[in-house]
Amino acid sequence: MTDNVKTPYLDVNDLRVHFRTDDGLVRSVDGLSFQVERGKTLGIVGESGSGKSVTSMAVMGLHTASNAELTGSIRLDGQELVGAGKEAVRALRGKKMAMIFQDPLSAMHPYYTVGNQIIEAYRIHNKVTKKVARKHAIDLLDRVGIPEPGKRVDSYPHQFSGGMRQRAMIAMALSCDPDLLIADEPTTALDVTVQAQILDLIRDLQKDFNSAVVIITHDLGVVAEVADDILVMYAGRAVEYGTAEEIFNEGEHPYTWGLLSSMPRFDRKRTERLEPIKGTPPSLIRVPKGCPFNPRCQYVDLVGEPCVTERPSLLAEGSSHGVACHIPPEQRSAIWNDEIAPRFA
Amino acid sequence: MLSYLIRRLIAAAGLVVVISMITFAIFYVAPRIGGATSESMASRYVGRSATGATVEQIAERLGFNDPIPVQYWNWAKGVVVGTTYDYGAGVEKCPAPCLGYSFRTQQPVLPEIKRRIPITFSLAIGAAFLWVVSGVAVGVLSALKRGSIFDRIAMTVALAGVSMPIFWTGLISLSYFSYTLGWTPPGASYVPLTENPLKWAHGLLLPWITLALLFSAQYARLTRAGMLETMGEDYIRTARAKGLRERTVVMKHGLRGALTPIVTIFGLDFGLLIGGAVLTETVFGLPGLGQLAIQGTKNNDLPQVLGVVLLAALFVAVANLVVDLLYAVVDPRVRAK
Repeated sequence: MTDNVKTPYLDVNDLRVHFRTDDGLVRSVDGLSFQVERGKTLGIVGESGSGKSVTSMAVMGLHTASNAELTGSIRLDGQELVGAGKEAVRALRGKKMAMIFQDPLSAMHPYYTVGNQIIEAYRIHNKVTKKVARKHAIDLLDRVGIPEPGKRVDSYPHQFSGGMRQRAMIAMALSCDPDLLIADEPTTALDVTVQAQILDLIRDLQKDFNSAVVIITHDLGVVAEVADDILVMYAGRAVEYGTAEEIFNEGEHPYTWGLLSSMPRFDRKRTERLEPIKGTPPSLIRVPKGCPFNPRCQYVDLVGEPCVTERPSLLAEGSSHGVACHIPPEQRSAIWNDEIAPRFA
Repeated sequence: MLSYLIRRLIAAAGLVVVISMITFAIFYVAPRIGGATSESMASRYVGRSATGATVEQIAERLGFNDPIPVQYWNWAKGVVVGTTYDYGAGVEKCPAPCLGYSFRTQQPVLPEIKRRIPITFSLAIGAAFLWVVSGVAVGVLSALKRGSIFDRIAMTVALAGVSMPIFWTGLISLSYFSYTLGWTPPGASYVPLTENPLKWAHGLLLPWITLALLFSAQYARLTRAGMLETMGEDYIRTARAKGLRERTVVMKHGLRGALTPIVTIFGLDFGLLIGGAVLTETVFGLPGLGQLAIQGTKNNDLPQVLGVVLLAALFVAVANLVVDLLYAVVDPRVRAK
């Protein structure tokens, strides 16, 4: 049984999510692999349109569009989800894996009370009376820090503040003790002060429930706060994958450098300007040949030819730290030490 | 919630007063603007042989010489507390609520209206049931199977349903189902519900379906549009993420969100319809309110038409009130305002 503990709870391998459209094949996710163990948090980071949300929807089995094509493997607690029957995946949703969405105002039904929405979630997977479920809902609201839960359980979402709504959303996601919690931009729509509270809450709950957590965000500050591992996505692929320490202390991919350099930081010298990544993310229909980041990469001349012809693989030489880049590792560390790291000193 | 209720009630009462003013203006003021004198107004209440002097006298007695606000006041008072009409040859009583006194039939118009309300109401309620159920069902299915053959056929039929006038579909169906196949009784065969429910439904079946066809098309389109919108909402994704079965997602979360415009339009349609389905009643020979209004118009029987119009307007006002209250039931955000 000791072997089982080590197997990741969520194991995604070579996942591809493509959409057939009139304009061509959209490769939203193109060969993505990652693992999350129970009690650990994975942060998936990337710009808008990098395939983060498409990945999370794929894990949840929420791609209902008829033109969506899923290949590869998603194993949840050893069970394969790609190709599994709709009903089988539905039965897992909410129970084994749950999701927290970005904007809790639009993600909660405006016509039903917060309590009813939690009760509904609980009763899908637990055959209990409404009374028992209501008690459970009140307990959950209390657990996520909503004052006077016995009263607030009958409130409608619009009567809650943004932070309270996100707490209620979390309560709903936790109603059936899921082992995997996916949070898609959980703090983006919230005030900064509330953001920290929500992140703290997610971290606390994770400890209590010992669940595997995936946090999807474009905000490096968020992952710095909570993630054990970080996956940096670009154009539907992983460009860098490692522990939070590795990414923040010795990031090796030019795109990761770009993300770090464009992040406002308190300890940054005020005279220094933020350095945005030049250009825009590529079209997912016509992803650039070779390294998809090459048109925006300022180090492309260091290597030349392979960057525009050969797709770099996510090599993890003897360590957990994988980088999909043609620049030789020694040269990358040199750039990090000489150019990138000093920006945060 | 209570303050919302009170505010809606006051608004509805105000609406009724305004409606009564407009109705009064159409029947008593507009002709004067058009050049009618108080004598020509009064001449409708006397025989053709009446002398000019008699007509003048009647005009004076019926109050046609009073200022317009006074005329309105007396008329409105009559509606509320009843009134008497002294037209020289005698005094006619019109007890409250006096919607008018017909000098053609020599009696108040209310009893005749009351006699006809159940007929129009029977027609409206059956048709409404059919069109809501079929319209919403087709709309939901069309939205879920958007672009499918079912959707295309349904929407084409819906377009045809909206475009075909009642007097055409009514006559065609009457000629085919009643006269050729003999499935339903021909027109003018109303049996009260209290007398024989089966015959009531059987006799009204064809008018129901004909009327429902016209409306259900509109409801199908409205439901389809609403469902397409709500099924793309974030809360639908949340409902799926909870692990709800697709049927529950659609019916409980999707349809509920798409319901508001349907409730609105239904209230207005139904209110309008119970004020008299003129075409349907005429085609199928149903002696309802719509027919009474037509009759009154043909006979130049002003009070009778006025009575029906006022009542119909009242129905619309009440329907509006009910819609407002239903809003609060459907959408909790309305209650809070």
